[in-house]
Amino acid sequence: MTFAAEAPNVSFSHRHLLGIEGLSRAEITGLLDLSEEASKLSRQIDKKRDDLRGRTLINLFFEASTRTQSSFELAGKRLGADVMNMSVSTSSVQKGETLIDTAVTLNAMRPDLLVVRHHAAGAVQLLSQKVDCSVINAGDGSHEHPTQALLDALTIRRHKGHIDGLVVAICGDILHSRVARSNILLLNTLGARVRVVAPSTLLASGIERLGVEVYTSMWEGLVDADIVMMLRLQRERMASSLVPSQREYFHFFGLDYEKLARAKPDALVMHPGPMNRGVEIDSNVADDPQSVIREQVEMGVAVRMAVLQALARHLPNQ
Amino acid sequence: MNAPNQRAAARHIALVNARLIDPASGLDQLGGLLIIDDRIADLGRHVAAGAIGDAQVVDCGGRVLAPGLIDMMVSAGEPGLEHRETLATASRAAAAGGVTTMVCMPNTEPVIDDVALVDFILRRARDTALVNVHPMAAMTKGLLGQEMTEIGLLRDAGAIAFGNGKTSVANAKVMRNVLAYAKDFGALITHHLEDPTLGEDGVMNEGEVATRLGLRGVPAAAETIMLERDIRLVDLTGGRYHAAQISCRASLDIIRTAKLMGLPVTCGVSINHLTLNENDIGPYRTFFKMKPPLRSEDDRRAMVEGLASGDIDVIVSAHDPRGAEGKRRPFAEAADGAVGLETLLGAALRLYHNGEVELLRLLRVLTANPARLLKLNSGRLAKGAPADLVLIELDTPWVVEPDRLCSKSKNTPFDGARLEGRAVLTLVAGRPVYNYADQE
Repeated sequence: MTFAAEAPNVSFSHRHLLGIEGLSRAEITGLLDLSEEASKLSRQIDKKRDDLRGRTLINLFFEASTRTQSSFELAGKRLGADVMNMSVSTSSVQKGETLIDTAVTLNAMRPDLLVVRHHAAGAVQLLSQKVDCSVINAGDGSHEHPTQALLDALTIRRHKGHIDGLVVAICGDILHSRVARSNILLLNTLGARVRVVAPSTLLASGIERLGVEVYTSMWEGLVDADIVMMLRLQRERMASSLVPSQREYFHFFGLDYEKLARAKPDALVMHPGPMNRGVEIDSNVADDPQSVIREQVEMGVAVRMAVLQALARHLPNQ
Repeated sequence: MNAPNQRAAARHIALVNARLIDPASGLDQLGGLLIIDDRIADLGRHVAAGAIGDAQVVDCGGRVLAPGLIDMMVSAGEPGLEHRETLATASRAAAAGGVTTMVCMPNTEPVIDDVALVDFILRRARDTALVNVHPMAAMTKGLLGQEMTEIGLLRDAGAIAFGNGKTSVANAKVMRNVLAYAKDFGALITHHLEDPTLGEDGVMNEGEVATRLGLRGVPAAAETIMLERDIRLVDLTGGRYHAAQISCRASLDIIRTAKLMGLPVTCGVSINHLTLNENDIGPYRTFFKMKPPLRSEDDRRAMVEGLASGDIDVIVSAHDPRGAEGKRRPFAEAADGAVGLETLLGAALRLYHNGEVELLRLLRVLTANPARLLKLNSGRLAKGAPADLVLIELDTPWVVEPDRLCSKSKNTPFDGARLEGRAVLTLVAGRPVYNYADQE
């Protein structure tokens, strides 16, 4: 039995998923509809389908990741693919092999789908030019993380019923965040009002030109927000003089109940994970009923099944 | 066109029926030019076929005859980087681009910070290069920005100017001392402008384009802070100073102010920053990654305005050969730099064809001005000057094909570009070193 037989037929004509940029509203909505079906499948006893039977999926991660990698692995397995995980940070790259050589080597093993995470912006696109299979960007530097934005949108849509007109506040380390960029692109395409909230040192130059309202105060930026999306702050940011200390950051930019009270009473709290409790988010807020952080993880598997399925339709059959 | 052959070239050659352009004197008229041995012996209307005895005659067909181009910023690969370029291959590229004199950058391996290395470059150039080569020496040992090099001895050995490669001397005291000491020798100090801390994470111009691509930016302030500081130090010391490459509007304003103050300050701009901008990077095209980074379209326009107003003194190719191993990488990890010797003239002529800069001024910043800064006798059409010449066909359309470039490395940002106008004959010391007709 295939998932495709049960699922809506969506229009998605791309060979790769390299980013949200370039996707139309219809394509995004189609992927979300497909993900919705996949989420139902994931809640059944028999979660296995044959769509990717005989296909090989390689997870190629140049950066350590737990949830994204296991999410793609599960998604691939539920659709019947053979999944191989490669953590390249510990192998050939340390021997000096370039990204392109790694790509050519893997390509020779004839995978059908390649899921790639890399620390450099544009690296996944570069790799996609050198291989014959479909490539999915699982995060490239500070550029894009399209499946994260899709799973966030799916989670929002399941709770709010729509995305049009919602006020979404994305808070924290905008400068370094691929999650923020993909979400800005996707939410704008679907008609949300997007705000970014961060200290000026963590705002990317020219970010306002991406169609967002910029706030440097949580107390102002969260007013009447429907969605409060927190970003992870890496500890290195303290060392490079972008924020003075963990406690000062938490005081001004950490999501606690006091700041959350500025948002709408039914606002959703989201976080792409992994969380730094007590740095960007109060531990109790993270576990509050308003928080949909665990559901985001669940939707992650569904979105990745949908993406794999949509791309697999265009894989050659001979 | 009938080009002279090598044997006869060293004697009498008359280039007749040419549009003589000498930016140094403002000359722009039809006439001829007589070469005897390696010098210009005569020029003007009276040098015409039938009036020059038994000289070999080349009919220029009304094309522009100008002094050969002088390029103040060339990385030629020797010593240590011969897999990217050699003096021989760089000089072939230069000849094909109408460049008759190139100044080689000191950021080689090892760094040109010792008399023996200056001597090495000069001897290698004498034995292998088709065009004139002048080494630029490092102004600090190892380009580390800590200790001054032997500026006097290096100058006597033939170093034509002093620079610090593609890094700035961050230590203001060292920079002050270099400027003050170099002044005693009349040595020209050229400086790359990028505050090392403000620029350290950046890989392209800071702004919306970088943010969309998820790349860290280098703010214009990284350049202007260093330039402002240097101007104060020039004011303090009186040293002769040349900003090697400026890239943004604010830097142009600083240069203007310094010139109004009467300081011995000049500046250059690369052909890339005159003809390209940050949007050309598109989907992470690494051939457009350079230092300083390509800036906004407004900054590019400012560079063109600065050229037209005379505030920018020199155009350089910033020729920097890089192999595939350096460029076929994710953008942030890729090497900086672009080759430019062969496309310098054709790309510069875009500005003339677009009506942005008049021809005489364009040729001046490519010939007479660098000659003046470097105190060279070339870069002009005058009796007694070296017969370093380029015959330019202004309207020839051609497409840049990387595989046909003479340079050993093919990292050109003008890949596939349609250029209009090029060198069709290049002479160095009276000898033809390039003839376009031979290439077809």
